[in-house]
Amino acid sequence: MSQKLKLLSGNEALAMGAYRAGVKVATAYPGTPSTEILETLAGFKDIYAEWSTNEKVAMEVALGASYAGVRSMVSMKHVGLNVAGDPFMAASMTGVGGGLVVITADDPGMHSSQNEQDNRHYARLAKVPMLEPADSQEAYELPAYAFDISEKFDTPVLLRSTTRISHSRSVVKMGDGRQVDEKPAAFGYDFKKYVMLPAHARMRHPLIEERLAKLAEYAEGFPLNIIIKGDKKLGVITSGVAYQYAREVFPQASFLKLAMTYPLPQKLIHGFAAQVDRLLVIEELEPFIQEQVKAMGIRVVGKEFIPRMGELNPDIIEAAGIKAGLLEKEIIKDIPVPKLPGRPPLLCPGCPHSGVFYVLSNLGQRQSLPGKAKKEPRLIITGDIGCYTLGASPPLSAMDTCACMGAGIGQALGLEKAGVGDKVIAVIGDSTFLHSGITGLVNAVYNKGQITIIIMDNRTTAMTGHQEHPGTGITAQGYEGNMVDMEALVRGVGVEDVRAIDAWDIKALRSSIKSAIDSPHISVIIARGGCAVRTKRRSAPMVVDEDLCNRCNLCLMLGCPAIQKEAERIYIDKTLCAGEACGLCRQLCPQKAIKPQVEAADG
Amino acid sequence: MDKYNLIICGVGGQGVILAGNIIGGVALAAGCDVKKTDTLGMAQRGGSVVSHLRMASEVFSPLIKVGEADILLALEKLEAARWSHYLKPDGIAIVNDQALPPLSVSAGREKYPADEEITGVIEQRTNNYYLLKGTECAVGLGNIKALNVFMLGCLSRCLPFEEALWQDGIAESLPQKVVEMNLKAFEQGRKAIQGELENA
Repeated sequence: MSQKLKLLSGNEALAMGAYRAGVKVATAYPGTPSTEILETLAGFKDIYAEWSTNEKVAMEVALGASYAGVRSMVSMKHVGLNVAGDPFMAASMTGVGGGLVVITADDPGMHSSQNEQDNRHYARLAKVPMLEPADSQEAYELPAYAFDISEKFDTPVLLRSTTRISHSRSVVKMGDGRQVDEKPAAFGYDFKKYVMLPAHARMRHPLIEERLAKLAEYAEGFPLNIIIKGDKKLGVITSGVAYQYAREVFPQASFLKLAMTYPLPQKLIHGFAAQVDRLLVIEELEPFIQEQVKAMGIRVVGKEFIPRMGELNPDIIEAAGIKAGLLEKEIIKDIPVPKLPGRPPLLCPGCPHSGVFYVLSNLGQRQSLPGKAKKEPRLIITGDIGCYTLGASPPLSAMDTCACMGAGIGQALGLEKAGVGDKVIAVIGDSTFLHSGITGLVNAVYNKGQITIIIMDNRTTAMTGHQEHPGTGITAQGYEGNMVDMEALVRGVGVEDVRAIDAWDIKALRSSIKSAIDSPHISVIIARGGCAVRTKRRSAPMVVDEDLCNRCNLCLMLGCPAIQKEAERIYIDKTLCAGEACGLCRQLCPQKAIKPQVEAADG
Repeated sequence: MDKYNLIICGVGGQGVILAGNIIGGVALAAGCDVKKTDTLGMAQRGGSVVSHLRMASEVFSPLIKVGEADILLALEKLEAARWSHYLKPDGIAIVNDQALPPLSVSAGREKYPADEEITGVIEQRTNNYYLLKGTECAVGLGNIKALNVFMLGCLSRCLPFEEALWQDGIAESLPQKVVEMNLKAFEQGRKAIQGELENA
């Protein structure tokens, strides 16, 4: 077999490994840090890859494909598995036809997430096996093992990555093409296996317990559960990227490095523990391995010294080693972290969300001009997950809640039904609305809500890097699908007050939002404007006519990164400004001091 | 084999990630084990971006420990200061002389540090500090996007990889129509720092 060396991200390696292992159907909903897995798979035109509307649907499509006997894979970020939890648990009960691999990419440190839940618990909850790569090479190799395990033990397999694995590049020895040929699709009619009536489920449950016992036996010999012999004074049990940090900090120690982390290989662990004087578990987030090892009656430490919150790194492991008395104190480095202005994420110049949030910020009394008294906020704005969550940051400060995908609509109705005095408005992105906003909307229609919903339709899934969705009608593999008509959809579920407006037209936004919040019925506003990052041709930038500008600072309330203030002078950074494609600041300026550059030069 | 720990930083949109990927590819072609990891948070554009790149005969952790980077390659000055605590004592700081003020600064809530302050922060870690006119040079070549490759030219003088490997790495990583211009930027970067290194 010819091999080539490539520098691959963990996500690319997972995708290439799955392709090599014969995956036929791959599904996902975009979510950092998992997105690139499906993006890479979509490039292989001899398989089927789709962006599904959400993770639950993605799981169900993959499960259906598995029932047809082919190898299928579904990938998502950690919180996506909450959305997909129902079919995931069901898949454990029915088992599979062809191999079914479920990738969860967790986000310790919450680089881009609302929580840092440890999805290893899902393996235990669903009683399914779990594999965890420690670098891209393992990410490349593990899908093949996962498919084999899935088919041999009739179970979905959870393959857990983390941000640091998914988004690190390391060297992979790659083979050529497909190692496992695709199986022809055929459904094996078996209603006692696939129809989870209570009577059938009761028959399946003992099989699940039996399966788990067999998997525990299999884990003892799993080829990537390895012992690295070192000094017997310290033994370290570890997995995933924590293994890499641990090798760095304790180069002399003995290691039990686990790539199959559920069920645990108990004999292997007992044997390893017996060989070392002191046993330490190094794992990110929860004491998942440590508690199980403890329950086996083995003396072990870990979370006494290693934080259970946040992402680990070698510095943290080193500090833990000193605390545990395993390392000399003198290596403590006292290097101060410089205190400097931060650079938090922002809405881009020309962002179609800026105008909507400016109007909401204004109607909701969230900011005031210099010298003017601050007012009490009014108008409750519920939101959720997407670029538009950045509307919560100053100066706009125009979002009051963000819990999870699609939550804003239900929350808005709950606030209204609870009887708050303020008007309630939910903002939601196009992709998020199609993901999990529709059911909330149907609920609000049915229960006679009076809320206003703004669908911020930027024609893409922007935050995760511009993935297509049903509203764009283009598929993950670049083919033409059927485009879902957002207005028809909203009208179809019974909303009468629906209006689509230009996201850069401040006047129209203001009058539509005002009339919608005053309406005694549910209203939906679709604020439409393409994502600025995708705007290819840019017109001349805006400039501030300094003779006309009276430094009122109103334009700064937009929070546009292109509008800058230096001393008292306000100017627009030409390299950042989106020009007439946006023009929001021009509409706001009471002095008419902001104009496109050409016009200013001419006149 | 020598070991190199490298921090590359800048602002989202400047080409930090691509620069790191090119260096990683060059190191791999030169026979190193390589690990590279990016931290970029949620922003598409405008946020702080930092990559850790490690090259040696065998690399475990993709993340570099504080105070253990051999080289800091910064595409923006404030970001250079922000990540300078990763440098080992007397490590090399190669910094593009460009200020991109964050929104808190442009909105008047915070101040962008003066050049002396930035120098002060970096010089707490090292005196091997080179400030280069990368943005000017890239703009001169007709495309501000060539900045990252100009900086690679500077960096290439501090790493033991052959010039041809760099040129191949750049040509493989960029669209055909901009390769020639970027190779010029690379060459100018090599020349620019050569002068600085000789003066040092």
